[in-house]
Amino acid sequence: MTVVRQFAQFVKGSLRLVWHGNAAYWTWLAFLGVLIASGGLAYARQVSEGLGVTAMRDQVSWGFYIGNFTFLVGVAAAAVVLVIPAYVYDWKPIREIVIYGELLALSAITMCLLFVLVDIGRPDRFWHLLPPVGRLNFPQSILAWDVIVLNIYFAINFIVVTHILYRAFNGRHYNTRVVVPLVLLSIPMAVGIHTVTAFLFNGLAARPYWNASILAPQFLASAFCSGPAILLIVLQLLRRFTRFEIQDEAISKIAELMAYAMFLNLFLHGAEAFKEFYSNTEHAVYVRYWFFGLGTHTTLVPYAWTAVGLNVLAFGLFIVPAARRNWVLLNIGCLATYAGCYIDKGMGLIIPGLTPDTLGEIYEYAPSIVELRVAAGVFAIGFLIFTLMLKVAVPITLGEFHGDDAPEPAPGWPVAWH
Amino acid sequence: MTRRQFTTSAAAAAAGFVLTACGPKRLHEMSKDRLKGLIAEMERKYAEQYGTAVHVADTAAMPGVEFAYALDISRCIGCRRCVYACVDENNQSRDPQVHWIRVFSMEKEKGVDFAEANPYYQPKEVPEEGHFYVPVACQQCRQAPCTKVCPTGATWTDPDGIVVIDYDWCIGCRYCMAACPYGARHFNWRQPTIPKDQLNVNTHYLGNRPRPKGVVEKCTFCIQRTRKGRYPACVEVCPVGARKFGNLLDPESEIRYIIEHKRVMVLKEELNTLPKFFYFYAT
Ligand code: SF4
Ligand code: SF4
Repeated sequence: MTVVRQFAQFVKGSLRLVWHGNAAYWTWLAFLGVLIASGGLAYARQVSEGLGVTAMRDQVSWGFYIGNFTFLVGVAAAAVVLVIPAYVYDWKPIREIVIYGELLALSAITMCLLFVLVDIGRPDRFWHLLPPVGRLNFPQSILAWDVIVLNIYFAINFIVVTHILYRAFNGRHYNTRVVVPLVLLSIPMAVGIHTVTAFLFNGLAARPYWNASILAPQFLASAFCSGPAILLIVLQLLRRFTRFEIQDEAISKIAELMAYAMFLNLFLHGAEAFKEFYSNTEHAVYVRYWFFGLGTHTTLVPYAWTAVGLNVLAFGLFIVPAARRNWVLLNIGCLATYAGCYIDKGMGLIIPGLTPDTLGEIYEYAPSIVELRVAAGVFAIGFLIFTLMLKVAVPITLGEFHGDDAPEPAPGWPVAWH
Repeated sequence: MTRRQFTTSAAAAAAGFVLTACGPKRLHEMSKDRLKGLIAEMERKYAEQYGTAVHVADTAAMPGVEFAYALDISRCIGCRRCVYACVDENNQSRDPQVHWIRVFSMEKEKGVDFAEANPYYQPKEVPEEGHFYVPVACQQCRQAPCTKVCPTGATWTDPDGIVVIDYDWCIGCRYCMAACPYGARHFNWRQPTIPKDQLNVNTHYLGNRPRPKGVVEKCTFCIQRTRKGRYPACVEVCPVGARKFGNLLDPESEIRYIIEHKRVMVLKEELNTLPKFFYFYAT
């Protein structure tokens, strides 16, 4: 019976936490609420009129939604950047914040699934993908693989965080035999989700821009910059608004890791650009479209160079130890990384991959207002989930929120998990 | 209810669920009876929607038949009659317009080069000086990338080689469109519309029956005609006889004659899709 009572306490307590907050908290929630409502209305219109309200057409059959999906798979995968140093090298300052990486991964995957849902023409049939009621074309279709790995990754992270937090709530240490293997498993799974997502594009011989074996490594490299970039900002906010302590050392360590990832990212992009431009086959047309435009078709060119500029800037900042320790520069670097990778994945991957189309036609795609509103709504849902999870998770890790039966928090409780 | 009754009925319910859930989902896997029922239902709905009797056939592939197509590039004059015959025959949406066949005008100097080709040519007269024409529709690939990638198995190759789509099973993810090297697949971005008096009422459940919005469609070699021994509409309408169609497995067929005696090529052969749509130069 105690289990039921504990659980009821947990639910009630969580609701109470979520219902109380200062003005900033409520403003933030209201802001997200507005975005969600606007996205919901736009999506309702899309469902009733069809995907024709987006700017996608037969020539560019995937656009902003799938770009965001791809980017967010990277964010979800990036939790692993924290897990490796924390668990594999047993580096304590990071271990304390791993759980926030996992919460971020959970909200990122939720957004991924939502982006797929809003992109499909028949959302009423999404269950066709769910065996046994539906039918998954496994192992032929890489999309089937993606569905599977994303869900497994989600499940692993979900089990780990709920287990750790619920145990902490009850004043108990988490079960190492459950958590450690799952956390270790989450490392290859994180690499897996982004690799499979890269293979989704990579396997299409019809699209030479994607059909390059460098694609999966490139995906991972850019993910390992953009995911931590979000996390660094979140951690600083947490430090500011809660009693949560995060060592400077941990933050600058993550920034250092990001510098290496960004180097790899730039290097791989450079390698790809060299191959395309030097060999100069007809397949170079897609990279050329991205960087220089084709004739009068130059919509994407400003995006391309902005992304390059931001990525180089971020690398420059993170590679200098002094800049990593300067909060202003650090945050500029984070924003630059985030924006650079986002443009690269959103606009730079999907659209040049489909333009010109397989029969040489150039259709210049730019997301419609409906697409922007729906996407903002999906992001808002993701941030809402993340915010609410933090609202409960932070007090638990601080020992402020616990069950009646939980012992008094010991000094150093409870984040010293080992 | 006794415990025994309860367990038996629970088990029966579970078994029933498993049976329906693991049972056939795509139209072509269903029992003939169930398919007949669904088709009657479709016919009723279409009749109501269009105010006229609509026939939905379920003609299966004939054994010993593998369809193939050939197009004489030296003859095609680029008049696009095939495009519009196809629209009429296959109930393609008029607004927004969907065309399964696209005709590319190419410059003789440049050869078959899609990057330089123009599908929107509008000359006063065809053929234009210095140009030739390459019509493109689904190439009915033997190694079709589109069916390989489909996450739900909503598209597949039937035994006579026709690549078909189950409009009731497609989720509209458009992965097949990204995978098709020939731009042959088209998505219903909006509700397709066909004026009532222009509806072709002779349809096939895997072919030209009216499509819903949000699903993918494409050329099916006029499955509703060819499985009954007729030519596709585009073959019939072509004023210069550039289009040929037949059974690849029949050594006496015209298509075999062309493949054996003419200079034949397929589009993008380097992609190894093995099209069953051959281009040839008869002269
Ligand atoms: S041409 Fe395209 S749609 Fe037709 S079978 Fe080949 S890949 Fe599929
Ligand atoms: S759009 Fe339909 S047919 Fe094409 S891959 Fe998706 S589910 Fe399959």
